[in-house]
Amino acid sequence: MIDIREKLDAIGPYVPAPDDDMLVCRCEEVTKGEIRQAVHAGMLTIEEIRRFLRCGMGLCQGQTCGKLVKGIVARELHVSPLDIEPATSRAPMRPTEMRILARDGGEAHE
Amino acid sequence: MIERYDLIVIGAGPAGLSAAIEAAKNGMKPIVFDENAKPGGQLFKQIHKFFGSKEHKAKIRGFNIGYELLEEANKLGVDVRLNATVVGLYDEKEVTVRIGDEIKHFKGDSVLVATGASENMVTFKGWTLPGVIGAGAAQTMMNLHHIKPGNRILMLGSGNVGLVVSYQLMQAGCEVVALVDAAPRIGGYGVHAAKISRCGVPFYLSHTIVEASGTDRVTGVTIAQVDSHFNFIEGTEKTFDVDTICVAVGLSPMSQLLKQAGVKMKDTPGGYVPECDEWGRTSVPGIFAAGDVSGIEEASSAMIEGRIAGSVVSQDLGFIDKSEMEARASELEDALGSLREGMFAPKNRGKLIEKTEEGIDVSMNLLEHGFVADDEIERYPGVTHRKGIHPVIECTQNIPCNPCQDACPKGCISIGENITSLPTVTENPCIGCGMCVASCSGQAIFLVDEDTGDGYGTVTLPYEFLPIPEKGTKGVALGRDGHEVCEAEVVSVRSAKVFDHTNLLTMKVPKNMVMKARFFKEVRL
Repeated sequence: MIDIREKLDAIGPYVPAPDDDMLVCRCEEVTKGEIRQAVHAGMLTIEEIRRFLRCGMGLCQGQTCGKLVKGIVARELHVSPLDIEPATSRAPMRPTEMRILARDGGEAHE
Repeated sequence: MIERYDLIVIGAGPAGLSAAIEAAKNGMKPIVFDENAKPGGQLFKQIHKFFGSKEHKAKIRGFNIGYELLEEANKLGVDVRLNATVVGLYDEKEVTVRIGDEIKHFKGDSVLVATGASENMVTFKGWTLPGVIGAGAAQTMMNLHHIKPGNRILMLGSGNVGLVVSYQLMQAGCEVVALVDAAPRIGGYGVHAAKISRCGVPFYLSHTIVEASGTDRVTGVTIAQVDSHFNFIEGTEKTFDVDTICVAVGLSPMSQLLKQAGVKMKDTPGGYVPECDEWGRTSVPGIFAAGDVSGIEEASSAMIEGRIAGSVVSQDLGFIDKSEMEARASELEDALGSLREGMFAPKNRGKLIEKTEEGIDVSMNLLEHGFVADDEIERYPGVTHRKGIHPVIECTQNIPCNPCQDACPKGCISIGENITSLPTVTENPCIGCGMCVASCSGQAIFLVDEDTGDGYGTVTLPYEFLPIPEKGTKGVALGRDGHEVCEAEVVSVRSAKVFDHTNLLTMKVPKNMVMKARFFKEVRL
């Protein structure tokens, strides 16, 4: 099992920054500080952070903030953004209403 | 119900349409889905003339290339479904598409993903204020919907997108107050920068945005200089009153569908892209990628990549034989190869090139301030002096582009075999027709008569603004740096269909100013 404590010690403690209140994911209103704190709370992948904070899960599906979040996480972990696995891609790739998903297949089953 | 097709193309932009056209020519029945209401992708936003070779649509404006593609697709009966959003792509080449209020299922013997790219953003204090928009969004507003994005605008980003959109904003009647980039040198083509500079727009390199101010919308912006680690240098702040900030800081491939389908991906500084062979085949048999989704380039390359993929798909499915495909692919690859040559080639990204292929020093002033300095311009082969009217070609960087060579009916301009060479002016006499001026996508060619005998000379320049000044209009001539150099009077304005909306404005200036005066500004008394 990964020793998460060891990883977190290696990246050092969370130090508040003046721009922590800046919105990064505007769809779900997630700030830079929340993302940074999530890393220090042990969420080391985009997947975990996304599930926890919902950044990249809103209307634009991370089209705007995906790269920004990656940059913030990479900086916190002291690695290159290229070393951070992007979020998983799942259908529906664009926001789709439940009533439309319910009609999957093209015919209404009522 | 599942509908089946030989080829499903996702995205009706330059790559997708080109692939569908190529496949249809070979007897296939492709279907193309696009989530937008109009086909053509970014092409219909591109109102400028394209660079490149004559064989590959150079000097044609982007939206006209779009019309040509659509016409070709229609003639071949390519089925293009608009407002059709692909929401899923599975490794068995099943595609789920939202059409109206339904999700429909399609299955392809092959699938080409040509979904393009989306704009990157940067964060700064106030970046979520209304008025901070992507440069591409500004282009959509202006060129597709005819809405002025703002009145006073600051552009962040000096790549070709930032440069081209800044110029288009001015054409739409907006004032561009500054062009800012954190990098120490301009990223896009020097000719694009030069045509903005001479209109008087200042460039601030090694600068970025500190803050956008305003309570419920942008009312101002503060920029500051950055050091080599991109940290702000205190005391260098500059503030501008603006209502709009345009951000042009790169594009990211929209490759999520490929990832979902299980295609092997790689993360690169240019974005998250599929691993493809030279023909656009991904790691999943039958799934292809072409255009920006497989790596950001220009629309011209996207069209060629699309044609290659269309040809390879046709062979894979048995519509053409291998030798036919290979001949076609190799011809297209040559064209693609030439587009990837020169100073801005993918292999040179981020590198400082100090000499041209001809061994001439590159203008550092152009890279750092957006214009070639008066004491640098004479060293380029297109800049010569002679009695009578003659072309002065201020093309100073090696880019793959050669329409000027064929534009001159008298053979006054030569580029030669190598498409990236700087144009040279030959000994042949110039008749002053202006075809070269209108043909140059970089608006870098001027006709100069250095001495008309009365103490004056004339400069003919490409002019793409409205209203077009009338003959006799008095004003000032601006230098390459956008500063006033002398008084000037319009002696003629030529417009012709063959010039394709590039007007040829000829102004009279004192003869010692003919090599300095490069733009005309009307001065109303």
